[in-house]
Amino acid sequence: MLQKNPEQPSFMFQEPTDGSAPVQNLSGFEIKPEYGPEDLAGFDVEADLGRPGGYPYVRGAHRTMYRGRPWTIRQLGSLGPPQEANKRIRQLVDMGATGISLCLDMPTIMGRDSDDPLCEGEVGSCGGVAIDSIQDMRELLAEIPLDEISVNFVSNSQSSIILAMFCAVAEERGVSRDKLTGTMQNDILKEYEAQKSYYFPPRPSLRLTMDTIAFCAENLPRFNPISISGYHIASAGATPIQELAFTLANGFTYVEEGIKVGLDVDIFAPRLSFFFKVHNDFFENVAKFRAARRIWARMMREKYGAKDPRSWRFRVHTQTSGSSLTAQQPENNIIRTTIQALSAVLAGTQSLHTNSFNEALSIPTPRSEKLALRTQQIIAFESGAAGTADPLAGSYYVESLTNRMEAECLKYLKTIEDLGGVIQAIENGFFQREISEAAFRYQQSVEKKERIIVGVNAFTDEDEDEDTDIELRENDSEFEQQKVAALKEFKRNRDQVLVESHMDRITQICQGQANIMPSLISAVKAGVTLGEAIAAMRRVFGQYQEEAIF
Amino acid sequence: MSRDKKIRILIAKPGLDGHDRGAKVVARALSNAGMEVIYSGLHQTADQIVNTAMDEDVDAIGVSVLSGAHNTVFARIMFLLQEKEMSEVVVVGGGSIPKKDWPGLYSKGVARIFPPGTDTNQIVDYIQNVVNK
Repeated sequence: MLQKNPEQPSFMFQEPTDGSAPVQNLSGFEIKPEYGPEDLAGFDVEADLGRPGGYPYVRGAHRTMYRGRPWTIRQLGSLGPPQEANKRIRQLVDMGATGISLCLDMPTIMGRDSDDPLCEGEVGSCGGVAIDSIQDMRELLAEIPLDEISVNFVSNSQSSIILAMFCAVAEERGVSRDKLTGTMQNDILKEYEAQKSYYFPPRPSLRLTMDTIAFCAENLPRFNPISISGYHIASAGATPIQELAFTLANGFTYVEEGIKVGLDVDIFAPRLSFFFKVHNDFFENVAKFRAARRIWARMMREKYGAKDPRSWRFRVHTQTSGSSLTAQQPENNIIRTTIQALSAVLAGTQSLHTNSFNEALSIPTPRSEKLALRTQQIIAFESGAAGTADPLAGSYYVESLTNRMEAECLKYLKTIEDLGGVIQAIENGFFQREISEAAFRYQQSVEKKERIIVGVNAFTDEDEDEDTDIELRENDSEFEQQKVAALKEFKRNRDQVLVESHMDRITQICQGQANIMPSLISAVKAGVTLGEAIAAMRRVFGQYQEEAIF
Repeated sequence: MSRDKKIRILIAKPGLDGHDRGAKVVARALSNAGMEVIYSGLHQTADQIVNTAMDEDVDAIGVSVLSGAHNTVFARIMFLLQEKEMSEVVVVGGGSIPKKDWPGLYSKGVARIFPPGTDTNQIVDYIQNVVNK
């Protein structure tokens, strides 16, 4: 007779099954078996919720949400060689993507040219595009209408130089700066907290970010100069509440810095944008976005004195959770990604990237990338989720969880303020400790089976070799040699004296207070490479080394 | 060789990639299991890793790579270990390393690859067994 497998969990929750066993979400909040009116005592619908597109924006950044403004279906269009990335962008647009994200390869992320000996074996790595010089930017953006297709550069420490190349190429093509659209990730604070792709110490890095924000405020009014990112904080192990709090703390730091350097808050705040991750817990995702919008609106208006409603509006790009993808039974990731993507839409995201199901095993393949794109289209066109704004509003659970997220987030913001602010907290290792602690706790909860991950710690397959059936992408080793050769050729054909004078000029600007952007634009036009521009800055700023905390 | 002294292990992050979540979780688990863990920090070259392993007199090195550069990185580390007559140091790996690359790495002398989703207890047991053998 068929018997139940005693190895497998039979029920979602621990005993006793009368509802009294504790259930926690990913942030560690106790979840009650039921929510009712008593959980919303004192809740003022008018003041605390408002309407979509109206203060305090809990219900969404725009009045008609997706009926008036569909979310941007933004997929990654990068791949080692700039020409290949360019081809990929055009394919994605052809398949219905409405925005593009471009990742950089590890050498570019780390501010080094492809011919740097430290980069051996990594040119074109991590599915990123290798950008050494203005020539690469020309090839990358060839025939892409820079005033129509919004390109999101997943660029951080090197953003000022990438922006300089972008402006220089636009100028060559006769597109005026006020028409340029797109986003630069450019969020340096989270690099120190989580992603760790920094070169210089935090303060000079923050100055470079503020230079780009000020430059864009004046010259590129349609361009988002920063995407303040919780995604990487969460990927490094932070819980949703930590992601929310640390991201907003970083956001307010940029606002304070902008005010400090003399910018009118309403000049630059409307172009600040955000980037969140959606985790496995569906309702927690929704509550996080709603809480973020309320906190941002209130703080911008009440604490920072912003008067333009566009400064109050929290606009966000979302990506499904890369760290939730499992190497075991990889097809399960299609379902995880779908649930996460749906939560992002119900949470009111402005833009969405869906991951490919084989990403725990390799860089995505064309087939898995297409499936990821189609996932969004099915949600958009078939599910009915996009027809009305903030459809989960008014739910006892969702409103109560939104309130709890907000309250816990404000506590964290106070802690960070008491530590002397974000930079001080980075220098003290506060974020790094919080994040590595959370990552370890999460791993423990999975190993103890307090948290079930299907296919990993329950419902596993006997045949572990299943993943060999999954199509994987190969690293292209020939590309590295070609790229290095092309760069050497590019360097031979420049005026070396001119290049060095531009590098000296960059060094000089770094020693003073002036905005660095004009000097970088002239430098990249003269052929100064990304690695050389960084080297010129490093002469003044030095290299940052963090204390390793685990 | 049976031994009473603590196992010493270097957890290393080679190359340019900064994804250190896995490395840190494993470092913490090994340390909780009573090992002496040295964490290299980020952006180390193979030469730096092997030099640290020598200076710290470690029994094992755990190398975490998520950039796709694992073939280059491990080859260099294994070569240097041999050159410095440190072949007794056990080298294990983790990160996003496709299964089809494992045989090549094993043939170079890498002892074991731990894929994403590996239970940390399994890593602890393996290191204890192989070092105390």
